Amino acid sequence: MGIGNIIFILILVTGIALFIKRIREIRANIMLGHDQVINDRKSTRWKTMGRVAMGQSKMVDRPIAGFLHIVVYVGFVLINIEVLEIVIDGIFGTHRVMSCLGGFYDFLIGFIEVLALLVLLACVVFLIRRNILSIKRFHLAEMTKWPKADANIILIAEILLMGALLKMNAADQVLQVHMPETYPPVGSYPVSQALVGIMGSFSVGTVLFFERALWWFHIIGILAFLNYVPYSKHFHIILAFPNTWYSNLEPKGKFDNMASVKKEVELMMDSSADPYATPPAGEEPAHGTFGAKDVTDLSWKNLLDAYTCTECGRCSSVCPANITGKKLSPRKIMMDTRDRAEELGAYKKANGKDSHDGSSLIHTYITEEEIWACTSCNACVDACPVLIDPLDIIIDLRRNLIMEESKSPESITSMFNNIENNGAPWAFSAADRDKWITES
Amino acid sequence: MDNRVMSMHVKDMASLAAEGKKPEVLFWIGCAGSFDDRAKKITRAFAKLLNEAGVDYAILGKEESCTGDPAKRAGNEFLFQMQAFSNIQVMNAYGVDRIVTTCPHCFNTLKNEYPELGGNYQVMHHTQFLNELMDTGRLKVEGGAFKGKKITYHDPCYLGRGNDVYEAPRELIKKLDAELVEMKRCRAKGLCCGAGGAQMFKEAEPGAKEINIERTEEAIETNASIVAAGCPFCNTMMTDGMKHAEKEGSIRVMDLAELIAEAKDL
Ligand code: SF4
Ligand code: SF4
Repeated sequence: MGIGNIIFILILVTGIALFIKRIREIRANIMLGHDQVINDRKSTRWKTMGRVAMGQSKMVDRPIAGFLHIVVYVGFVLINIEVLEIVIDGIFGTHRVMSCLGGFYDFLIGFIEVLALLVLLACVVFLIRRNILSIKRFHLAEMTKWPKADANIILIAEILLMGALLKMNAADQVLQVHMPETYPPVGSYPVSQALVGIMGSFSVGTVLFFERALWWFHIIGILAFLNYVPYSKHFHIILAFPNTWYSNLEPKGKFDNMASVKKEVELMMDSSADPYATPPAGEEPAHGTFGAKDVTDLSWKNLLDAYTCTECGRCSSVCPANITGKKLSPRKIMMDTRDRAEELGAYKKANGKDSHDGSSLIHTYITEEEIWACTSCNACVDACPVLIDPLDIIIDLRRNLIMEESKSPESITSMFNNIENNGAPWAFSAADRDKWITES
Repeated sequence: MDNRVMSMHVKDMASLAAEGKKPEVLFWIGCAGSFDDRAKKITRAFAKLLNEAGVDYAILGKEESCTGDPAKRAGNEFLFQMQAFSNIQVMNAYGVDRIVTTCPHCFNTLKNEYPELGGNYQVMHHTQFLNELMDTGRLKVEGGAFKGKKITYHDPCYLGRGNDVYEAPRELIKKLDAELVEMKRCRAKGLCCGAGGAQMFKEAEPGAKEINIERTEEAIETNASIVAAGCPFCNTMMTDGMKHAEKEGSIRVMDLAELIAEAKDL
């Protein structure tokens, strides 16, 4: 085993260890949310995951972006075969270890090269769409600074990685001619052979240097990418799978009936119940507040949603409030929820599990104005390619404003009063309910 | 002229129960259908159709109370569950098992949110119920006045996306022999009218435009002479939008029940 292999193994292990550390951090942040049991209808859940995450069924609602995304997605998955080869070669000092597959290897390398080219082109088109064409959803208020840079960084990284792969293969072909003992002539290179001419104009020593440098660049680049992803919206490549599995299978119009409220209402309405009875042990609501003030009052599924968000903005581009210029943007709701979970998670890590920084999701991150603009129309939920539910969070925030802070627009308060007093949201008398029979 | 029309014959649950009878179906009117002048016309149109088809139905009358939907969407879960609790008590006492309603918000709440609170009923939207009546031959309709007319249909959020009911209302338009022209955003992609989520009861937040105007413009683009709706709130929003666009003279916003009642000269 040479020094090269040892360095390789060290880099590889560090890369993977850092990745795992970050995943555990995200897991802990998601677990800041309260419990919610989701394990019914398993076969439907697997099917949903297969269709939406694996099959990208929602992506093609927008055909151009959908097609390009599928190219990048398929490329991303299959190019990992070559990464696997690089890892084995790096550890054991072999060269193109999979070439023992013979003819199939030719096919594989050829196929991967074509994919690499397609991914590269798709990323270029994505960059143009994002930065040159004025597609509104890429330029909403929340898409500045980091979120904007993040999207571009990943596209450029993919272009560089794919470029390195193709150039490395071109160098390999040149070396196959000059050093057939270390670079046995294997593989078909339908794309990179176009670069052989340029590569061949350098001296063999230079090409050898290129080939090694590109090889290292590619694998270090991949490890860097791996560690970048969980800090970025690109983490959806992993979380899309669990998130679609755990997605809501009920009709979208159905909102949950809060169990904590149900108990109190039953006590109030049931004359035979003893209002002073202490609730049986273990039956207290796990979370002490009604609705959500902070991420700790949301469920872990809401937080998984937040970490899964790709910031694509499809939700906001169909949101009636956003379309008509209101401050509400369902994408921002998801981004704020994630950012707040990150902030609180880091604080708790530094100051202990029960510490709290005094900040909150509502008010500090999301304003009342935003959540009151929602029509609960479910368009955002329907549009999301990874089945995120921004509406669920919005309603939980409203619940907290109403039931804990007693804060609502004046007209909403009088609507409540009317329902309470007249059994209708307007100030009409219940005695007039059947007047329609006799009036025109 | 006396604009009171002849009183319709509508039974209520209490008097039926007094006779020891129970109807085939409860017609849940909803607050808009009971109190809003525009929506009351929809209620009447649907009641006429029920009478015409000889459906054995009854209403709760003064015993009906808000389902709690606007309270729930606005975040007042207490008020919602109190409403649900008392409505369920009333309906269970009458042994209600089947409900039809002209309001998608009541439909959604009764169908999806009441069961966990003890109210288990088979709930239908009136467009589904009308289809059933026609398919079983209890109600007949010929296009007549609407034959070949261009009608566009606005999907109410709580009927469409909320409960995946897209076909029933469209079926009715076809049964009228009318030409259904879709808006650019329709079915699962349909744009909200702006009323849901308790917005109906408050001013909109500051912005560039009202939602109902955005939606009405889209309806106008279809060149339809009628906008069919299946929700009293959408109806109000679209009617207001037409007024804003000064189109109320040329484009009518009508509930599907009203269209069918009109086709039948009821
Ligand atoms: S449910 Fe609310 S946030 Fe989602 S699209 Fe509709 S109005 Fe926008
Ligand atoms: S919530 Fe879904 S649709 Fe909205 S930005 Fe995130 S991934 Fe896209």
